[in-house]
Amino acid sequence: MTETPVLRVANITKTYHLGSTLIDKLSRDPNKHSSLRALDGVDLRLNKGEILALVGESGSGKSTLAKILVGSSTATSGELDYHGNPMPTHRSKDASRRIQMVFQDPYSSLNPRISVGSMLKELLLLHKIVPRGEVKKESIRLLNLVGLEEDALDAYPSQFSGGQRQRIAIARALAVRPDILIADEPVSALDVSVQATILELFAQLQRDLGLSILFVAHNLAVVQHLSQRVAVMYLGRIVEVADTAELFSNPRHPYTRALIDSIPRMAAGSVNDEFVLEGDPPSPFNVPSGCRFNPRCPYATDACREIDPALATVAPGHESACIRADELNELAAAGTKNN
Amino acid sequence: MTTPTAMLVAHKERRRATRTRSIKAWYRNGSLMAGMIITGLLVLVAVLAPVIAPYSPITQHLTDALQPTSPAHWLGTDKYGRDVLSRLIWGAQVDLRVGFLAVLIPFVIGSILGGIAGYFGGWLDTVLMRIVDIFFAFPFYVMVIVLVFIFGSGEFSIYIAIAAVSWVSYAKIVRGEVLIAKKQDYVVAARLGGMSHARILVRHIGPNVLSQAIIYGMSDIVMDIMAIVTLGYLGLGIAPPTAEWGSMINDGQEFITTHWQQATIPGLVVVVTSLGLSWLGDGLSDLLSPERRK
Repeated sequence: MTETPVLRVANITKTYHLGSTLIDKLSRDPNKHSSLRALDGVDLRLNKGEILALVGESGSGKSTLAKILVGSSTATSGELDYHGNPMPTHRSKDASRRIQMVFQDPYSSLNPRISVGSMLKELLLLHKIVPRGEVKKESIRLLNLVGLEEDALDAYPSQFSGGQRQRIAIARALAVRPDILIADEPVSALDVSVQATILELFAQLQRDLGLSILFVAHNLAVVQHLSQRVAVMYLGRIVEVADTAELFSNPRHPYTRALIDSIPRMAAGSVNDEFVLEGDPPSPFNVPSGCRFNPRCPYATDACREIDPALATVAPGHESACIRADELNELAAAGTKNN
Repeated sequence: MTTPTAMLVAHKERRRATRTRSIKAWYRNGSLMAGMIITGLLVLVAVLAPVIAPYSPITQHLTDALQPTSPAHWLGTDKYGRDVLSRLIWGAQVDLRVGFLAVLIPFVIGSILGGIAGYFGGWLDTVLMRIVDIFFAFPFYVMVIVLVFIFGSGEFSIYIAIAAVSWVSYAKIVRGEVLIAKKQDYVVAARLGGMSHARILVRHIGPNVLSQAIIYGMSDIVMDIMAIVTLGYLGLGIAPPTAEWGSMINDGQEFITTHWQQATIPGLVVVVTSLGLSWLGDGLSDLLSPERRK
């Protein structure tokens, strides 16, 4: 906590206004909500050299946050610090170089008409990473780093499989020597057999290059063995942050608990066996009053319908946005017994 | 698909397979080959016109007027005694040149404006596209004929007239393709890579969107040649005595009952040229669209 995080966001909000044309404005039902809060006060810090997993359902705002972090989208309000200094809204060439992104879809993220070699060459020369004469050597080094051979240089993206394409996309992100990598669900479009190899690659990059990685996923199982810390997101807000082991063994938010229990397991004896989340996440157009999780929470009380809890420290390095965080374990134990 | 090594090996084999397939596709593509052969032969004839044409296309021999087909004049002579075959060969030069140039100019203008409109969007897009709509509202031939009338007949005014009318098609096609391409993650990645908008538009989006415009251009050459022929037929085309297929059809028409070849053969050549260019366009569309190259 004392060390300055490489990336810190505080109270980030992102609001989308729908129906911006004149016709939409005229025809709009005045009772309907027309703005969407994709992010509603997000606080998050990424420490140097760690893999932080950002987990949440579809529509929870993970990708929106990722886009804001890399600068391809701007926040409506809030702070974004890079190494303790505010990041300007319009990033310079060098500022955008430092935070790179790996995209979800390795088919859309590689230009079909640019060969791997010329893609890397363009970036290396643009940012003057290496002198012109060493471009080829550096390109080969990058390819080897992500587990590809030199012969990939002359090939086009269509000649590779999904996993190989994702490796190329990672090589591109690394080409400009970033210190932060934002990976937006980088394995969710891949075959399960390939997923593991790409996850291993991320772990290796963290180990060998000291990269700080924010790994976005919609599935806790994927990040269990990869990340050092996990942040759980629900409906545009972080609801729990903890070290991975702590989060899995001692979840302090009912939503996290539900996510953990939704992981299919071969063996019994997880934290809590029967906890199935009912219903869909509420519409972000119409966020519930009080705690945003209360309509789906089995432990919700009247207080939960009124108080909107902020992230609070429940144990060293463990934060949760639940007013019943302290009694959650007993509640869960009681609930299991009753069943 | 068990170990990473096995995957790499499998992948390498697959990559080699894809590469050979794309090379094979090049000559197995029937319409592309047919189109290339026909268009290639026509271009060859046009280029070699001074060598292969047996007579001058414009020198009149009034004593030899309206000769039937003979070993000396394979397609006979016209009413001024000019060799029809020679005029046909020289006509290829004029019609193909005008056809290609009349496509090149609007292709360049339309693609640039459409690309800018699609990429930057906003008011620029709105203004440019409303202008395009206005141009689209006029029928092609009416506009071309009016413009040629204003600028006076001749090759140069044909270029201006056709360019003024047909750039809108290229602008529309390229804009639509850019709208799709700019949402792709590779464009976001290029921005994160610190690249300028101009570089992204030209180097990253351009190659992905131009294939549709090139394919359209192939069919547009056909249309422009038809337009020149039509203008020639209306007396607004290339000024006589220059040999040009449209005016040959026009001139030959009055002798259709006695010397059928004078109008019919140039007409057939126009049909064959159109066919060749259409096939070439079809073949190119298969070759240039990577997603269709499966």
